[in-house]
Amino acid sequence: MTQLVNTNINGDAVGFNCETDETLLDVLRNRVGLTGAKEGCGTGDCGACSVILDGTLVCACLVLGMEAEGRKVETVEGLSDGAELHPLQSKFIEHAALQCGICTPGFLMAAKALLKNNPDPTEEEIRYALAGNLCRCTGYDKIVRAVQATAAELRGG
Amino acid sequence: MARHDVKLWSALRPHAQGMDTVSIEANTIRELFTRLEASYPGMAPLITQGIAVSVNGTLYRDSWDTKLPDGAEVFLLPRIQGG
Amino acid sequence: MSADTRYTGQEFKSVGTRPLRPDGIDKVTGRARFGADINLPGQLVGRILRSPHAHAAIRSIDTSKAEALPGVKAVITSADLPDLTDGNREMFDILDNCMARTHAYYDGHAVAAVAAVDAHTARQALKLIKVDYEVLPHVTDVDAAIAKGAPVLHKDCFTRGVEPKPRKASNIAYRSEFGHGDVDAGFAKADVIIERTFRTEQTHQGYIEPHACVASISPDGTGELWLCTQGHFVVRQHCAELLGLDVSKLRVTPTEIGGGFGGKTHVWAEPVALALSRKANRPVKLVMSRDEVFRASGPTSATSIDIRIGVTKKGRITAGDATLRYSSGPYLGMWAELGAMTSFACYDMKNVRTVGLEILVNRPKTTAYRAPSAPMAAFAVESMIDELAGRIGMDPLEMRILNAAKKGTRSSYGPVYGPIGIGPTLEAAREHPHMSAPLGKNQGRGMACGFWFNFGGQTCTDLNITPDGSVTLTVGTIDVGGARASLALVAAEELGIPYDQVRAVVGDTSSLGYNDMTDGSRGTFSSSMATIMSARNAITILRQRAARMWDIPVAKVIWEAGCAKAVGKKYDNLAPLTLAEIAAAAPKTGGPIAGHNELVADGAGVSFATHICDVEVDPETGRTQVVRYTVIQDAGKAVHPTYVEGQYQGGAAQGIGWALNEEYIYGEDGRLQNAGFLDYRIPVCSDLPMIDTQILEIPNPNHPYGIRGVGETSIVPPLAAIGNAVSNAFGVRMTHVPMSAPRILKALEEAARDASEVA
Repeated sequence: MTQLVNTNINGDAVGFNCETDETLLDVLRNRVGLTGAKEGCGTGDCGACSVILDGTLVCACLVLGMEAEGRKVETVEGLSDGAELHPLQSKFIEHAALQCGICTPGFLMAAKALLKNNPDPTEEEIRYALAGNLCRCTGYDKIVRAVQATAAELRGG
Repeated sequence: MARHDVKLWSALRPHAQGMDTVSIEANTIRELFTRLEASYPGMAPLITQGIAVSVNGTLYRDSWDTKLPDGAEVFLLPRIQGG
Repeated sequence: MSADTRYTGQEFKSVGTRPLRPDGIDKVTGRARFGADINLPGQLVGRILRSPHAHAAIRSIDTSKAEALPGVKAVITSADLPDLTDGNREMFDILDNCMARTHAYYDGHAVAAVAAVDAHTARQALKLIKVDYEVLPHVTDVDAAIAKGAPVLHKDCFTRGVEPKPRKASNIAYRSEFGHGDVDAGFAKADVIIERTFRTEQTHQGYIEPHACVASISPDGTGELWLCTQGHFVVRQHCAELLGLDVSKLRVTPTEIGGGFGGKTHVWAEPVALALSRKANRPVKLVMSRDEVFRASGPTSATSIDIRIGVTKKGRITAGDATLRYSSGPYLGMWAELGAMTSFACYDMKNVRTVGLEILVNRPKTTAYRAPSAPMAAFAVESMIDELAGRIGMDPLEMRILNAAKKGTRSSYGPVYGPIGIGPTLEAAREHPHMSAPLGKNQGRGMACGFWFNFGGQTCTDLNITPDGSVTLTVGTIDVGGARASLALVAAEELGIPYDQVRAVVGDTSSLGYNDMTDGSRGTFSSSMATIMSARNAITILRQRAARMWDIPVAKVIWEAGCAKAVGKKYDNLAPLTLAEIAAAAPKTGGPIAGHNELVADGAGVSFATHICDVEVDPETGRTQVVRYTVIQDAGKAVHPTYVEGQYQGGAAQGIGWALNEEYIYGEDGRLQNAGFLDYRIPVCSDLPMIDTQILEIPNPNHPYGIRGVGETSIVPPLAAIGNAVSNAFGVRMTHVPMSAPRILKALEEAARDASEVA
């Protein structure tokens, strides 16, 4: 059964039709045309589809499209301010915190959620906050450093 | 023309009466293959499939033009697969 | 004519710097297009039906109900992928793996596929396909597969490499042997001999991006394919052969690749998607689920290795002997052979023998995984080296240095080494502060060495000078981890222009000549060689054009710092011509300016690494955490050092996962029990420490810039380095990977029991 859902994605009012069994990830990728969130597993284990829903980090593959009714969705596509990259985005490039880049959108959203709640995280706090996001290329070293550098910059350090 | 003791890895030996080394005159990989196939026809399918040629310890593919310098150690090996 | 690719020792301006990568912004904004991000108008959704049985004969497949379902546009079985392989066994195995014919050989083997208007309909259609299976006895374990009475997968499998040909079919598909000297005489000279059996479990490359493709074939036999792959030219070749298409009529466009590590060097779903598209006459998008990725693609071998090494009291190895059994899935591979070749390659062995046995089992077809087969063999050898050193009371590092292979050593796989780099990595380890740092409670330190071959292969690049003097570089090797940045640096270096003036892209199969895959650590090694030659060819033309613009002989024009300069008394008052000026005049001086190169990159040279690792073991649970890790490896010349570090760190992290956690678990029913990231747990961020790297730069004599491949070797040492660290912490020798918490706990309990019995 198809239903109309009204939501807000990256600041824009968006309406879409979706089936009851479609996930928010399916909707973003297949109906709204936002393919930044990736499906690495479809079971909430890899974090490649991480988005922020009403301020909370979620796996878009574990949320139904219909649950987005009346809520705010933030995806990687909304991270930069026009042509101005978010500091996390700049630091990820500078620190080579990505190799293949498939996990990067999820890491950026997870790191954003972390820094919003904890502007001065320890290395251990960063590692645990990002433990739901899998990266197979980097060994996480440069990702952690990029998040540390962003946190320092955002604190004005 | 330089004569080489060409060493064979195990899969080639049955086609050379069990020998692990054969003596071949050749200046290039092409000459080496031509003469090997003439003397040991059983090797032809393996050579066609693609094998690696170690020249003085460096592995080469089977490019015909690769030179076999005088006195070089020539060792035939399976073509490696990588990840 | 082959170009002169010898190392020249030139000074570098661009190479060795760390600029931002060209694909960075697309990848942090979500704009980069990966396999599953491609969509075509009118595309159908493809889905594959897979065998639930580990081994079964397929009596019949009834697709009529699925075909009748509204919205279903094509249903295919092996009948739609007829055997065109003409006796080529390797291609037949690829075909049979893509779509089972007479038998399903593993849980997850494709048996049929559908294309439908949407995912929902496609899923429903799969349920309506009736496959009549005759379930057969199966075997998934590498040792059980060669035990007496084991079910034999192929009645026509008589062990190759054995003379005379065996009379009975078995699951040993191939036997290979390497070595030299007299092993028995060598052992007779030994003061201490240790013999052990090591086991390693099957792991998956674990790329985060599942295989994905969009296929479109027209009734006139032309086709297009978009996919994530490590080698689009190889995909084109295999798909064209399997589907009976002209190679030139199939255009393959690679997307960004979300990890491969060897796992995207083969075709699985692509021929199926093409066959569906051909039947439906519509584009078909086929994306594997994670479950399918685990059950049907990828994995490395499970192994069982018997090994024996003898040493003198002074620490010199007198002999080594190993028999390596590697699972190959249902089809012949060269996995045990590679294990046999690499196992003792780090050491100067006077007497050595290795035997590789390729074992067929009812598991998915084994695929290359980063330095394929070397990590398991290194686990066995490097664990034994440490144990032997302990037995004779020698520092394991010193024992490795004493026995390290060097120039002139006959390698265990045959040839005599030229100049090689294991010695310098060991010396660097000895000097490294990590080696002498204090350890905490329940901690142990281990080290291990690793070897991998590296290779080159067929490569070509196009370098085009655009009308404004900026440069496009089109390469044919897939960029798996930053190669576009490295290759743009190389082009900038050769042309003498800033990095920002070069844009490197990966071309599709219609825009360049054939290129081998990105495997064997060859991407940057090979394509940089072709890029240098392309740039030199472009410079030749640029000099001719400058000479034309000046009306002077071309011999009086040199290329320097990105400009044409006139030389000689008569001409040196002429102001240099920039790339932009020459490019702007191109329409009048002879048309577009470009440099091309096609070559077989060769002389990659072998690669060595030494790793140091500290672990902390919780004696109550057996849980083991890596607390410090250092990678030391030779890069020849690090073109973009940050991405070289990335390769070292990534390989080490994969090795750590392999060592401690990752394994395929099969049930008695032959079904894979952990086909997901929850139960097949790769290292997460909180599992790992920072991974320190030390890049050595010992120029490769066979590359103009001295570059070596760096991608694979770093996965080789971690299994043994961690095993040795655990052993040094608690005095227990781990012989079974992964060293998961239950296995370590069991080993600790057994050691405690043995100790109390002695007391």
